[in-house]
Amino acid sequence: MTQLSRRELLRSAALAGLALPALSACATPAGNGGAASSAPAAGATSAANPLGFAEDKPLEIWIFDGGFGDGYAKDVHERLLQAKHPKLEIKHNATKEIAKTLQPRFAGGNPPEFINNSGANAMDFGALVQDGQLADLTPLYDAPSWDDPAVKVRDTIDPNAIELGSYDGKPYVLNYANTVWGIWYSQKLFEAEGWQVPKTWTDFLALCETIKKAGKIAPFTYAGKHPFYIYETILTLAAKIGGKDVLKNIDNLQDGAWKAEPVKQAAAAFAELGSKYLLQGTAGLDHVQTQTAHNKGQVAMLPCGSWLENEQKDSTPADFGYAMFPLPDFGSSDALPYGTLHAQPGEEYVVSAKSANPNAGLEYMRAMLSKEGAGTFMELVSTLTVVKGAGEGNTLKPGLKSAAAALNAAGDNAVWFLFRKWYVELHDEVAAATGQLMAGKLTVDAWADRAQRKADAIKKDTSVKKFSR
Amino acid sequence: MNHGRTRFVAGFLVIPVALYVIYVIAPYAQAFYIAFTDWRGVNASPRLVGLENFQRLAADNVFWKAIGHNLILLVLMPILTLGIALFFAFLLNAGGRGGTGGIWGSKFYRVVFFFPQVLAVAVVAALFQQVFRPDRSGMLNGPLIALGFEPIGFLSSTGVAFWSILAVLVWQAVGFYVVLFSAGISSIPRDLFEAAAIDGAGGIQLFWRVTLPLLWDTIQVGWVYLGIAALDVFAVVWVMTAEHGGPDHSTTVMAAEIYRTAFQYFKFGYASAMGVVLFFFTIGFATLALRLSRRERIEF
Repeated sequence: MTQLSRRELLRSAALAGLALPALSACATPAGNGGAASSAPAAGATSAANPLGFAEDKPLEIWIFDGGFGDGYAKDVHERLLQAKHPKLEIKHNATKEIAKTLQPRFAGGNPPEFINNSGANAMDFGALVQDGQLADLTPLYDAPSWDDPAVKVRDTIDPNAIELGSYDGKPYVLNYANTVWGIWYSQKLFEAEGWQVPKTWTDFLALCETIKKAGKIAPFTYAGKHPFYIYETILTLAAKIGGKDVLKNIDNLQDGAWKAEPVKQAAAAFAELGSKYLLQGTAGLDHVQTQTAHNKGQVAMLPCGSWLENEQKDSTPADFGYAMFPLPDFGSSDALPYGTLHAQPGEEYVVSAKSANPNAGLEYMRAMLSKEGAGTFMELVSTLTVVKGAGEGNTLKPGLKSAAAALNAAGDNAVWFLFRKWYVELHDEVAAATGQLMAGKLTVDAWADRAQRKADAIKKDTSVKKFSR
Repeated sequence: MNHGRTRFVAGFLVIPVALYVIYVIAPYAQAFYIAFTDWRGVNASPRLVGLENFQRLAADNVFWKAIGHNLILLVLMPILTLGIALFFAFLLNAGGRGGTGGIWGSKFYRVVFFFPQVLAVAVVAALFQQVFRPDRSGMLNGPLIALGFEPIGFLSSTGVAFWSILAVLVWQAVGFYVVLFSAGISSIPRDLFEAAAIDGAGGIQLFWRVTLPLLWDTIQVGWVYLGIAALDVFAVVWVMTAEHGGPDHSTTVMAAEIYRTAFQYFKFGYASAMGVVLFFFTIGFATLALRLSRRERIEF
């Protein structure tokens, strides 16, 4: 070997310095995509680290920067986790465009560990599950809880949350926030006018008639540009009339599920409401416009989820007094009692199975599900969570308080549907048809036909993975 | 010598050609391949399904509706835009007394007409959402309601929404073509207009007999541009309408369906099949338009 000159030595040192990080950058994803992913290098489990994640590998977190922002993750959950595991490197990221940012990472085989896959631009859960991209959350649910090692994580949260995040019986998605739907009104307005919360459909229509006759404000509206807001209500009423199976059949794409009598009855009921009592121009207004009209006292009631109070906090008069009521009894033969409501754990978090340190993602979820993690989250973003007893002793705003009380009163009579997540195409078609139903351009039968036709088409489409519950 | 020259030319061409191949040709080729798979965007190895996507496409009512809308736009958008732009350009340049100058204030109008072109499409869409609002805050419906009429669902009524979209597209495009045609008209020698005027031609005759024939090349280019733009309409529809192409698919276009199928339903295979159809529409239109409108150039 010839002796290196000083210049050559310097040059090769510089090159080596350049080449090394480049090489390691190439090596990391390749290693993950290969054999390493099939058997993630799990560290030893211990009381402090029950999930056995690798403390020497970083944890990359992506939060959807939507209604909740991303501050809660940084200030609450990441802080909690870091305090427990000071050695773990946490890489925090936030985006409004989850799919655009992260989908290439999945396709490229180096996905981040933890993702808040939420918002209008979320990745399709069905496609992710189908391709084995999501980590099974069973080890998390069976792990000891953050606050009390004697209790499993599974027992500290709403069981619906686990069921809702399951695909073919396996939990893949953590639904963290809890959402309750109902008809929202201003307590101040109702008290001032002497209006009572209606308990039956007849009372409800009578109330609408009273409000309409008074002529000052419109009785009812919904986000016309997003007919989901009203088909949600129709389906909840359908479940109340016909029982939980009505929605289960719809989710399972059963033949004729949309043409079931309770579904048609509920659709007809709201179509009637739509033809008589809507705020002028409802069909062309979006959720912000209708909700602002509500705050301004131009309309008395609108259907929405429990995020409403927080979403409207900048335009709500201080003494507005948000409150919600569940759908009234439709008839005496309703399958489910008064108080039945649509409650759905939501705001999805996932851990990617093919990431470098999936168990660290699970540990992060364990921190989220702690009493402190959930309680502070509730306070910060003003929403319910799936953690039992979280936020106890916190002072809740009137709307959140009303929603929490309604959820509590509903008990086991909480209904939900999943086709909106499972089959986005069906959601779009039902939304489009429902908009026309409410505008009086589609009969109830034609509406049911369209939904059923789309459901049948999806059932036949072999490229779409089917789910059932 | 010759060899050296080839190398010289190749040396200049290699980078642009490589860029073109990598960023234009390769994605097209890939899209054609993906159109024959059931790829859902996340898996590394899509399954080949043959012509299944195209068969499904043939029975997809919504996509046919989108094609129909694109075809209506293809016909109406160029006609309306070019017609209005020609009219304005003529008034601005040759519509004044005696047919030699523009009408009064033409310099001001020229700037005003160009405004929409400067605005980003998303801004235009958001702007017109306000113009078309169905309640008292709507620029058009506010006065209607105040006069006691029922508000018009410019964007919420299935029978009206598409025409609202067309109006916005034309509104946005006109300014550019006014400028284009103004440049064209000002390059026509003044003495042609003067000679025609002396021979007794009025404003209308000047327009049909002098301006239009001499502008034909420019119009032809505008026609092809607008035709392709009509086939590619996306942002205005996506941002402005309810349900992104609604209500009830009444305003949807091919590009919106492709975007929805790919990025919301994650059916990249099916979306690519739609893309292939759109590709052939665009290529077909461009070829046809250039063939049909070929005409002898008038030298001046």
